[in-house]
Amino acid sequence: MIRTIGRGAVAAIESAGRWGYFIADLGRAAADVGTWSRLLVGQMRRIGVDSLPVAVFIAAFTGIVLALQASYTFTGTVPLYFVGTLVGKTMMLELGPVLTGLALAGRVGATMAAELGTMKVTEQVDALETLAYNPLSYLVLPRVLAATMMFPVIVALSMLIGVCTGWLTSLVLLHLSTPDFIKGLKLFYVFKDTWFGLFKSATFGCTIALVSCRVGLATYGGAEGVGRSTTHAVVYSAVLILLLDAFWAVVLL
Amino acid sequence: MIEFRDLQKSFGPKPVLSGVTLTVKDGETMVIIGYSGTGKSVALKHVVGLLHPDAGDVIVDGRAVSTLDRAGLTALRRDIGYVFQFAALFDSLTVAENVALGLRRRNLDDDEIAERVREALALVDLTGSDERLPAELSGGMRKRVGIARAIALRPKYLLYDEPTTGLDPVTSAVMDGLMVRAREHLGVTGVVVTHDLRSAYAVGDRIAMLYEGRIRQVATVQEIQETEDPVVRQFIEGRAA
Repeated sequence: MIRTIGRGAVAAIESAGRWGYFIADLGRAAADVGTWSRLLVGQMRRIGVDSLPVAVFIAAFTGIVLALQASYTFTGTVPLYFVGTLVGKTMMLELGPVLTGLALAGRVGATMAAELGTMKVTEQVDALETLAYNPLSYLVLPRVLAATMMFPVIVALSMLIGVCTGWLTSLVLLHLSTPDFIKGLKLFYVFKDTWFGLFKSATFGCTIALVSCRVGLATYGGAEGVGRSTTHAVVYSAVLILLLDAFWAVVLL
Repeated sequence: MIEFRDLQKSFGPKPVLSGVTLTVKDGETMVIIGYSGTGKSVALKHVVGLLHPDAGDVIVDGRAVSTLDRAGLTALRRDIGYVFQFAALFDSLTVAENVALGLRRRNLDDDEIAERVREALALVDLTGSDERLPAELSGGMRKRVGIARAIALRPKYLLYDEPTTGLDPVTSAVMDGLMVRAREHLGVTGVVVTHDLRSAYAVGDRIAMLYEGRIRQVATVQEIQETEDPVVRQFIEGRAA
């Protein structure tokens, strides 16, 4: 029992140490601007533009469901224009960033882990090293920076789409007028709602990319190893998103 | 000159290299032969710092590889071309982009890079394949692109990891010819890791046999072919026991 706990503690400390080295090496790799800056735009397009359909789809249906559930909850007790309040607040503070983050943890995180994992097991990462590139500045930094910059953009669009579909649902199905919806939307709105959601999403993007790249680069064992890394990347990312979500709620709200 | 000095490496409890000592002289091609899993590729990876030794070291032109920081390793790697067992081409890049990638790291202008890529692909008989993707190439062609990528750098040393493994005899002979041509064209010092004896005899000036983590014998091709050492004899004759 004590031995098991000891082994677990040692493994945890080793893991923390490896993460520390990884982050420190990544910081040093940032000086190699010529390498990562050339690849940044391509990664921003892959992470940002290519993720838009998933993000838009999720946001659109979230807005619809939020409006309908708010109406179901409020009818007879709370004025219906509070539907606008709930849709706006929830999309900006929580569901926009978190649902998009979880969906992109699957799409972006899995892609990164599988891609880097395959490169690792087929010696492409070693080949980069022998060509005098630092894999961290060539592979990891562009992805981490692109994810950190593009997640807020995607989430901003998700917020907008969610509010718009919530408004259209209120208009068509709940017979709530546009002025009433906007009145509810503005009722308790503070700018912090927006920046909090966007800031949170930037940290989600950064975390997903860091975890997925780290897991991908630690891959071993051929195709099975790549599959294992991909699963780990998605699971770790999703768990960390939820932990970060709670952390920022405690710290910033 | 490349010197392996009492190089030792274990993976977990299993020792792979137990004190490899070997000197590769400038201008020669040294072939390291040995059974599968005896650590030939492991030894080669130590030359470019892809693996860190448990003890001992590899000395390249007076530089102890394991003591180099990243800047030192980068400088070392500029002198070395490495041809990987399965070519390790970048899937998303075309043949020309693969060959050019290492050159872009050397602050060469675009015209110089294009010229070197053209020259390297011509040397491996792949002129006209510039825009093809690795997925569109056969195994032999991929290995030739791997060689082109290494020689385009005009390195002082060329390291080949199992360059003929998985190829048919005719394609293997083509690869041997390319290695000889690369040495004659560039005057490089080569280290070839293989268990393909026909290839070893064709490209090597000297042959070293790695056995149970140590160098069992180092000798010229002819001396190896005439060796009395029972372990080396068994290997080159391909006898089961």
